[in-house]
Amino acid sequence: MRFEAPETVEAAVALLAGEAGRAYPLSGGTDLLVQMRSGRIAPDLVVDTKRIASLREIAREGGGWRIGAAVSGAEINENADLVADWPGLAHAADVVGSTQVSGRATLAGNLCTASPAADTVPAMAAAGALARIVGPDGRREVPVEDIPVGVQKNALAKGEMIECILLPERGPRGADAYLRFIPRTEMDIAVVGCAVSLSLDEAGTVASARVALGAVAPTVVVVEDGARALVGTALEDGALDALAAACEAACNPIDDKRGTVAFRTEVAGTLARRAARTAYERARDRA
Amino acid sequence: MSAIHVTAAVNGDPVEFLCQPEETLLDVLRDRLGLTGTKEGCGTGDCGSCSVTLDGRLVCACLVMGAEAEGRQIGTVEGLADGETLHPLQRKFLEHAALQCGICTPGFLVAAKSLLEKNPDPTEEEVRYWLAGNLCRCTGYDKIVRAVMDTAEEMRNSNAA
Ligand SMILES: Cc1cc2nc3c(=O)[nH]c(=O)nc-3n(C[C@H](O)[C@H](O)[C@H](O)COP(=O)(O)OP(=O)(O)OC[C@H]3O[C@@H](n4cnc5c(N)ncnc54)[C@H](O)[C@@H]3O)c2cc1C
Ligand code: FES
Ligand code: FES
Repeated sequence: MRFEAPETVEAAVALLAGEAGRAYPLSGGTDLLVQMRSGRIAPDLVVDTKRIASLREIAREGGGWRIGAAVSGAEINENADLVADWPGLAHAADVVGSTQVSGRATLAGNLCTASPAADTVPAMAAAGALARIVGPDGRREVPVEDIPVGVQKNALAKGEMIECILLPERGPRGADAYLRFIPRTEMDIAVVGCAVSLSLDEAGTVASARVALGAVAPTVVVVEDGARALVGTALEDGALDALAAACEAACNPIDDKRGTVAFRTEVAGTLARRAARTAYERARDRA
Repeated sequence: MSAIHVTAAVNGDPVEFLCQPEETLLDVLRDRLGLTGTKEGCGTGDCGSCSVTLDGRLVCACLVMGAEAEGRQIGTVEGLADGETLHPLQRKFLEHAALQCGICTPGFLVAAKSLLEKNPDPTEEEVRYWLAGNLCRCTGYDKIVRAVMDTAEEMRNSNAA
C-alpha cells in the first residue's frame, strides 16, 4: 500500500485516477481504517485529502454554504452561522459516534461509505444538498441522495472524489431538524433516522418542504409524498397524519436485532411528526 | 515496502520516525516511539483507550494513520504530568479511586483534559456526553465523572485565586 497526501485537488485526482489497483480517498478515516483493519478492504493507495486547503474550508457560496469534503462534524458545529442555518444537519454531524469520532468524521465520508444508517445523509438529502464531484473529466454536481446506490456502494467512478457539499440558500423562515431512534443515548447506530427541512411563508404556512428517512431501506429515502403533505399547512394534525402515513409507506426496512420491520416502520412515522414539528418551530422562531 | 519518514511533535518534543503506510498513529506511538501510555482496546474507534490529541483535537489514535502525523502536534497521556507533579486530573483520579485495572485511564485522562480546556465548567451531563466514547469495564463511570467534576472545580478555583 502507498500513502499520499497531496496539496491540490488536481494532484489528488491524478493519483486516484492513475492508480492501477484499488485507490481510496481518506477523510476522517473513521470508516476507512476500521474497514482496512477488518480486512474488508485492502487499498493499494490511500490519498489523504486533509492537506488540500480548499477541502478544509466552510464558506458561503451562492447564498448557501460550501462545506469542504475534509471538514469534520466538530468543525461544522463550531461554525455558529452554519449551525443557525442548518441546525438539523449540524446535529446529525454531531451525533456521529463519540467526541473522538465526530472530531474527524466528515459529511463526504459518511456519504461515500454508503451505510443505510448514516446519520448525516438524510439530513443532507432533506436540505437539498448537492455533492460536487471532481474527477479526471472535470466537475459535476449531483443531489446527495444519488451518491449511495446500495449498501456500501457509491456512484463515484474511478478517479473521482467529492470536493465539497453544497447547501442551498436557507432563506428567512427556513429550518431543519434531524432525529434518530437509538436504544442508547449516545454511541449507537440509528434504527431509524428522519430529517425534515421546510420554509414558511409570512403567514406561517409551509411553503416548501423536504423529508428524508435513513435506515429504513438500503439507501436514503426522500419521501416526496411526505413533503407534499406538509406544504400549504401549518402542521395541523391532519397534515402530520398524512406525513406519518407517507413515511410509513416509503419504508422498506430489514428485520434485525436492532429493530423489526413493523417497529422501524412505526418509528419512521413518529420521528417524522416530531422532526416536522421541531423544524416548524425553529423556522417560526427565526422569522 | 518503502517506509515513510515522518517528522512531528509529541507533547511538544520534536520526533522523527519511519513507519509503514498501514501503521496507525497508535502503532507508531507504542511500537516506534515507546510511548506505551496510550492503550489499545478495540482498534476500531469504539473504546477510546487510545485517545490522544492531534493539533489540539481529541481523536482515537487507532483511527489515524501514522503517516498523517507529518508536521502535526500530538498530545498523549505522557504529557499530562509536569515532571514528578501529577496533573490535577491524575491526582483527582487517584483521590476518587476512579480506576481499577487502569487500562482505560490514559484515554479518560486525555479526553477529560481536552474537555476542560474547551469547557472549564461542564455540567455532569456534558462530562458524560463528552466521555461517551471512552469505555470502562471496571468502575461504573460514577467515580470517573466525579473526579472530572472535582478537578474542574479545583482548576477554576486555582485560576480565580
Ligand atoms: C466508533 C464509531 C462510531 C460511529 N458512529 C456513527 C454514527 O453514529 N452514525 C454514523 O452515521 N456513522 C457512524 N460511524 C461511521 C463513520 O464515523 C461515519 O460514516 C463518518 O462520517 C465517516 O466519515 P470519514 O470522514 O471518517 O470517512 P473515511 O473513513 O475517511 O471514508 C469513508 C469512505 O468514504 C470514502 N471517502 C472519504 N472521503 C471521500 C471523498 N472526499 N470523496 C470520495 N470518497 C471519499 C473513503 O475512501 C471510504 O471508502 C461510526 C464510526 C465509528 C468508528
Ligand atoms: S483502541 Fe482506539 S478506540 Fe479502542
Ligand atoms: S478501570 Fe478497568 S476498564 Fe476502566
